[in-house]
Amino acid sequence: MSKQKLVLIGNGMAGIRTIEEILKLKPNEFDIVVFGSEPYPNYNRIQLSKVLQGDTELSDITLNEWHWYEENNIRLYPGETVTNIDKEKQIVVTDKDRKEAYDYLIIATGSNPFMLPLPGADKEGVTAFRDIKDCETMIDYSKKYQRAAVIGGGLLGLEAARGLLNLGMEVDVIHISDYLMERQLDRDAGELLQKELEQQGMNFLLNKQTTDITGKKRVTGLKFSDGGRISADLVVMAVGIRPNVSLALESGIGVNKGIVVNDHMETDVANIYAVGECAEHDQMVYGLVAPLYEQGKALAKHICNKEDEGYKGSVLSTQLKVSGVDVFSTGMINEQSNTKAIKMYDDWNGTYKKVIVDQGKISGAVLFGDTKEGTRLLSMIKKGADVEEYLEAGEREESGSDLVASMPDDELICGCNGVDKGTIVEAINSQGLTSVEQVKGCTNASRSCGTCKSLVSDLLEYTLGDDYNADQKESICGCTDLSKDEVIAEIEEKGMRTTREVMNVLGWKNEEGCSKCKPALNYYMGMLKPKEYHDEKESRFVNERMHANIQKDGTFGVVPRMYGGVTNAEDLRKIADAAEKYDVGMIKITGGQRINLLGVNKEDLPDIWADLDMPSGHAYAKGLRTVKTCVGSEFCRFGTQDSTGLGIRLEQKFEGLYGPHKFKMSVSACPRNCAEGGIKDVGIVGLEGVWEIYVGGNGGTELREADLLVKVKTEDEVMEWVGAYLQYYRETANYLERTSKWVDRFGIDHVKEVLDDKQKRDEFNARMDEALSVIQEPWSEAIHNETTLKELFEKVNVPTTTSK
Amino acid sequence: MDKTLRKVYVGNYSDLPERLGKTIVIDEQEVAVFKLANGDVRAIENRCPHKGGVLAEGLVSGEHVFCPMHDWKISVVDGQAQAPDEGCVQTYQVEVTNEEKVYILISE
Ligand code: SRM
Ligand SMILES: Cc1cc2nc3c(=O)[nH]c(=O)nc-3n(C[C@H](O)[C@H](O)[C@H](O)COP(=O)(O)OP(=O)(O)OC[C@H]3O[C@@H](n4cnc5c(N)ncnc54)[C@H](O)[C@@H]3O)c2cc1C
Ligand code: SF4
Ligand code: FES
Repeated sequence: MSKQKLVLIGNGMAGIRTIEEILKLKPNEFDIVVFGSEPYPNYNRIQLSKVLQGDTELSDITLNEWHWYEENNIRLYPGETVTNIDKEKQIVVTDKDRKEAYDYLIIATGSNPFMLPLPGADKEGVTAFRDIKDCETMIDYSKKYQRAAVIGGGLLGLEAARGLLNLGMEVDVIHISDYLMERQLDRDAGELLQKELEQQGMNFLLNKQTTDITGKKRVTGLKFSDGGRISADLVVMAVGIRPNVSLALESGIGVNKGIVVNDHMETDVANIYAVGECAEHDQMVYGLVAPLYEQGKALAKHICNKEDEGYKGSVLSTQLKVSGVDVFSTGMINEQSNTKAIKMYDDWNGTYKKVIVDQGKISGAVLFGDTKEGTRLLSMIKKGADVEEYLEAGEREESGSDLVASMPDDELICGCNGVDKGTIVEAINSQGLTSVEQVKGCTNASRSCGTCKSLVSDLLEYTLGDDYNADQKESICGCTDLSKDEVIAEIEEKGMRTTREVMNVLGWKNEEGCSKCKPALNYYMGMLKPKEYHDEKESRFVNERMHANIQKDGTFGVVPRMYGGVTNAEDLRKIADAAEKYDVGMIKITGGQRINLLGVNKEDLPDIWADLDMPSGHAYAKGLRTVKTCVGSEFCRFGTQDSTGLGIRLEQKFEGLYGPHKFKMSVSACPRNCAEGGIKDVGIVGLEGVWEIYVGGNGGTELREADLLVKVKTEDEVMEWVGAYLQYYRETANYLERTSKWVDRFGIDHVKEVLDDKQKRDEFNARMDEALSVIQEPWSEAIHNETTLKELFEKVNVPTTTSK
Repeated sequence: MDKTLRKVYVGNYSDLPERLGKTIVIDEQEVAVFKLANGDVRAIENRCPHKGGVLAEGLVSGEHVFCPMHDWKISVVDGQAQAPDEGCVQTYQVEVTNEEKVYILISE
């Protein structure tokens, strides 16, 4: 039977969370297709504020990596917008004319930022703050211009303003009301907030209504209704959002402010659901992830036919993500005639607290300066707690750990994802979790806005006691708590000789390690004692064990070496003959200037190597891959140096050398840099009488431009610097850390400083020579080693039975 | 339905590489045989439940093998994929005779 087809419109936070909930309940039930207008996998929109403020990077905010979609068999169409829903035929159509039928359709199109319809709003330099693109626009502008104006003194506007300050701009915040965040704060808290932010360098224009955005093509300033004006090179509009309902509206689905849904997130059209900021439930449209995730849960249960009472609306709480300013509010914010309030105003320390009590029950709170009680107050409101319970809890405490100890199990820790204390403690105990990252992976706590991280850390401390180490060093893998440096120190001190001995002596939790630590230990030990260590083939990843690249069907790719990308007729003939003889699936020129024979059977590997009679290209190794070269002075009219000659020399010297990760080099003979030295681990550029050595470039997953390490005069000096540089990397990088990450971590200035010292360079080179001295050509070694042939390359073919 | 088990000779115990897999081809079917550090020999289907990866080429750790394709962890004892992944592969009974000959039992 074919699977039921589930289509999701909107690859954002609410939609994908719904899919995650569905996969949890029924992993293999649906054939899932996702359309998303943005060309990225699902990312954490909330963290855009932190990206702008420089606390995190765009590359770190992805919530579901590309491989997540693949592993869950979800077909994702990024950068593709659904333009039409045919509800009769149950088909959606996209802007790329793709048609996709559905049994269930979920609309999760989020919101659009509201752009004030002011004259001039379409000028260059006017942006919203909603997605990655907006964030990039702001960062770009901050590099070229000085003055920013943010229209809107709410949550989003203030976070944008703080980010722009951090980016070095002068920032005016224009707000229509007479105090900040008036929808979340009362006047007292709003005014405290303003004082604090003014100290941080923000300038406020309150009670101001913008009437014009001035400028020709590009914005130059703002005009206000009171006749005032200011100049600005960048205008950020953060005045609110509108549910993105146009698609639903055009398709004849019931829409009010948002797409109207019932408790099961059903729209008024059969088999069509809406979730997230685009949905309107009980006349409410939500703009924070906590309620949207609750909606997602309810919808998942409904689609998976699980008994559920459905979504019943949410109590909201907000928190401002500006460092140095703690603001929290939830529920009712302003007193009414029949409510009472518990208030505390500490002018000296700049803290303020107001808890509103309505008929004996906690029903709202505003906190400024100290927001530790925030989540507790939120869960009390949710469960309708009496004021006495709140006052009693206040008498126990304080210090972090005591605070979490005094919490009841059902107290919320992560507001965004609705995770309570009990769930986290249970996960820590039953699954042996020891870090905030692991808790995040298992329970979702702290996976969204991240403000509860410190509470999660307190809970780990409270649950694990002394076993918990809060400022987590990075351990090699889950099998040990020791870091790479600690393990290396122990190996040296105790003179351990095999990976199993290390695991044993250092008390690995998994007796025989895992796929992370086995290859890592094998590398570290070989690096430390190249002459004594006995390489363990069973600790190597298949590619390095078999000296070939495994393909998805279990066959292998064979890439012979072609030094500097230079070949000759004889080698090409051998390659052609071998390709025919072994009937390879494809002959392909690689991106590394050589040839790949793809689809070779495991048992044929030794034979094809013997026939080729060429050295291995190590296209599979965490070690030297290729040295790409350009044609150079021998032929090129611009060439200044013999780039192919130097490339071949480098490749012949370092071939077969293993490292923490693979490394690639290139040599070009002029600044045109045809061998792409700007994205190589080592990129060499020849100029008239000079060689420039660039390092730490990467052209892969995360592009990184190489940094200039040094300029030298002779080829011999290039060899010396490259040798020292590579050995320094080999000795200090973490396993699977490319040079790009390593240079980032150490800082290029530091690397330069170390290598500038001639004596150090000589020491590194001496150890490098030792490592090079034990290298053997792996293919010829394998074909002459009976045991290896038998153990690794032989398959047992069982004859077919004829009798029955 | 009664199943007959066929005994298939795989090789000598001492010839099997320790903590590595061996590929056994029986008609269209492939079996991965592992000699573990504790001396046991285990046999499972040579097809990862994820996307059919060849488990015989995986990294062996205790009674588990890590698939070389996307690193799923599979028990060589009961064939179960370890959480958070789900799925399982077929397991086969293994016999080691006094003469140290290793057989696996395949149903026909
Ligand atoms: C064969 C080749 C593609 C081609 O047909 O051109 C290739 C093929 C593979 N690359 Fe690559 N890469 C190839 C050039 C590149 C390049 C371009 C280059 O070298 O100039 C890059 C970007 C440059 C760089 O590394 O900075 C590249 C970046 C990657 C990455 C990302 C590395 C990173 O640091 O982000 C991986 C993944 C990894 O290494 O962990 C990868 C991994 C792989 C693997 C080995 C995947 C795997 O682990 O099985 C692929 C094997 C395919 C197969 O089925 O055999 N490949 N790969 C190229 C071999 C070059 C050679 O002659 O050795
Ligand atoms: C800077 C910033 C800070 C924030 N801070 C917080 C915070 O601290 N706490 C909090 O709880 N919330 C915060 N939020 C709000 C939170 O990010 C949103 O509530 C949440 O992302 C909404 O999820 P969603 O899935 O409904 O919409 P989105 O995440 O916007 O996803 C909708 C997706 O659908 C795509 N789409 C739209 N139409 C189509 C179509 N026709 N076809 C295909 N794809 C389409 C859109 O491109 C978008 O990618 C913040 C938001 C921003 C912008
Ligand atoms: S060859 Fe490289 S880019 Fe192509 S699919 Fe494989 S890993 Fe990805
Ligand atoms: S095929 Fe085994 S992990 Fe993907």
